[in-house]
Amino acid sequence: MATEHSKSSARIMIAPAVFVLLVWMLVPLCMTLYFSFADYRPMRATFDAWIGFDNYVSFLTSSSFLSSLGTTLWMVGGILSITIAGGVVLALLLDQPMFGQGIVRILVIAPFFVMPTVSALVWKNMFFNVDNGLFSYLFKFFGAQPYDFLSQSPLFSIVIIVAWQWLPFATLILLTAVQSLSSEQLEAAEMDGAPPLSRFWYIILPHLSRAITVVILIQTIFLLSIFAEIFVTTNGAFGTRTLTYLVYQRVLESQNIGLGSAGGIVAVILANFVAIFLMRIVGKNLDN
Amino acid sequence: MARAISPRKKLMWTALSWGIGLMIFFPIMWTFLTSFKSESTAISDPPVWLFFDWTTENYSTVLARSNYPLALMNSIIIAVGSTLLGILIAVPAAWAMAFVPGKRTKDVLLWMLSTKMLPAVGVLYPLVLIAKYFGIMDSRILLVVILMLINLPIIVWMLYTYFREIPGEILEAARMDGANLKNEIIYVLTPMAVPGIASTILLNIILAWNEAFWTILLTTVNAAPLTKFIASFSAPEGLFYAKLSAASIMAIAPILIMGWFSQKQLVRGLTFGAVK
Repeated sequence: MATEHSKSSARIMIAPAVFVLLVWMLVPLCMTLYFSFADYRPMRATFDAWIGFDNYVSFLTSSSFLSSLGTTLWMVGGILSITIAGGVVLALLLDQPMFGQGIVRILVIAPFFVMPTVSALVWKNMFFNVDNGLFSYLFKFFGAQPYDFLSQSPLFSIVIIVAWQWLPFATLILLTAVQSLSSEQLEAAEMDGAPPLSRFWYIILPHLSRAITVVILIQTIFLLSIFAEIFVTTNGAFGTRTLTYLVYQRVLESQNIGLGSAGGIVAVILANFVAIFLMRIVGKNLDN
Repeated sequence: MARAISPRKKLMWTALSWGIGLMIFFPIMWTFLTSFKSESTAISDPPVWLFFDWTTENYSTVLARSNYPLALMNSIIIAVGSTLLGILIAVPAAWAMAFVPGKRTKDVLLWMLSTKMLPAVGVLYPLVLIAKYFGIMDSRILLVVILMLINLPIIVWMLYTYFREIPGEILEAARMDGANLKNEIIYVLTPMAVPGIASTILLNIILAWNEAFWTILLTTVNAAPLTKFIASFSAPEGLFYAKLSAASIMAIAPILIMGWFSQKQLVRGLTFGAVK
């Protein structure tokens, strides 16, 4: 039994972590909240501490907000579809008997450890570049016109880059889930003559549904904050400006702190919707 | 029961998996090869694969020129520093939550996680202001503290899951023998907790090394780590593929190797125990 003494020591031991996180969360967030109601443009020496909800109104009604929301949805949705579909296939594949399984696993997860600026620049220059990129050679080899990925399909190009980075994450988690599937159930279905596709649909996929949900939620949290990949490829141009990027531009590039802060608060609220679902799943698991 | 697999089937799976695995790995492989080419070979049409004059010239150019050594130093200090600082704060907290759980423990854990989900951009300007106020813009200490804070929830969470696997009876036995809290931690807990702490450190160094929001936006030169250094290649002039590749390989090689050792921890650390 935990004694009163150990309970109070426990509190003291938890205190520093709680304290720093509380400060980290509250102080900057309150400042952002405060600025979001102010007209604050340091470059023009404008500071008016209270202008009500003007910033929110102009941020939410601006066309750049709506288009950034659309871009964010396409980007996150595209990356999620590729990584989930690819992750399920790869997880099932890696679960099969083969030679050198460990090495294949290493090859597949490697992209996750590449820093975002490196992967974005390598893809941008050595693959997507219209003059010297590998894809251009490939297109020419098959007699097609070289395609300028980053200026003609910039959003798609960024989706490819980020999906490449996150595919290993989805694969690893889904592989963990696949490996916990009882093979007896599958064998029984096989003996009963269920074809592979219905075995996948009725047994494997339902078993994976929880892991897939977790992958979707966690990736969404991280993907909503994609920054470096956009920063080094298009710098937010050509319809690749996500909500995160829009707020960054308002705050640091055009130095409209009030407007940017209102955008920041909007981003925080949107991220919270996703976070609530994730917390619920995690919390449930904590009880077991 | 494992079924007997026909060798032909196994060969087929092997070929397919290796093919897809190599395809996914290809960009890294290609960067590696390019880093040993001369700049003109790097963009030759058609591309050359293996048969070219291998040179390490790009590596020495990148190392000698530019701020590479400084960036490498900054990356190491920021990644290791923030991780160790986080461990220092997280170990007592995770220990207390794992062994002296109260009614609120679950809420505290979940609340800590929720701070991780705060979009960085929502607090960008306040942090710039605070950093300027204390005169620590573009300093290593600023990045150490910020990266510690963003990874602290993951560190606490990982340590908590490891500590919970340590059987509580052992601690009770130690208590019966008259060990106090301090001795309990030093002589009983620490030896059993070391593997968990080590994996936590490993994964968090990787996460801090690759962090590319705060490191890009809050540094200019003095504290700029490799993420920022590489980003400076995005507006290049002239031939630079081979040098970009060499710089990239040097930036990712150590982490790639560490990452391969931390595959298992990755699932545990980034799913917060939601997938087992």
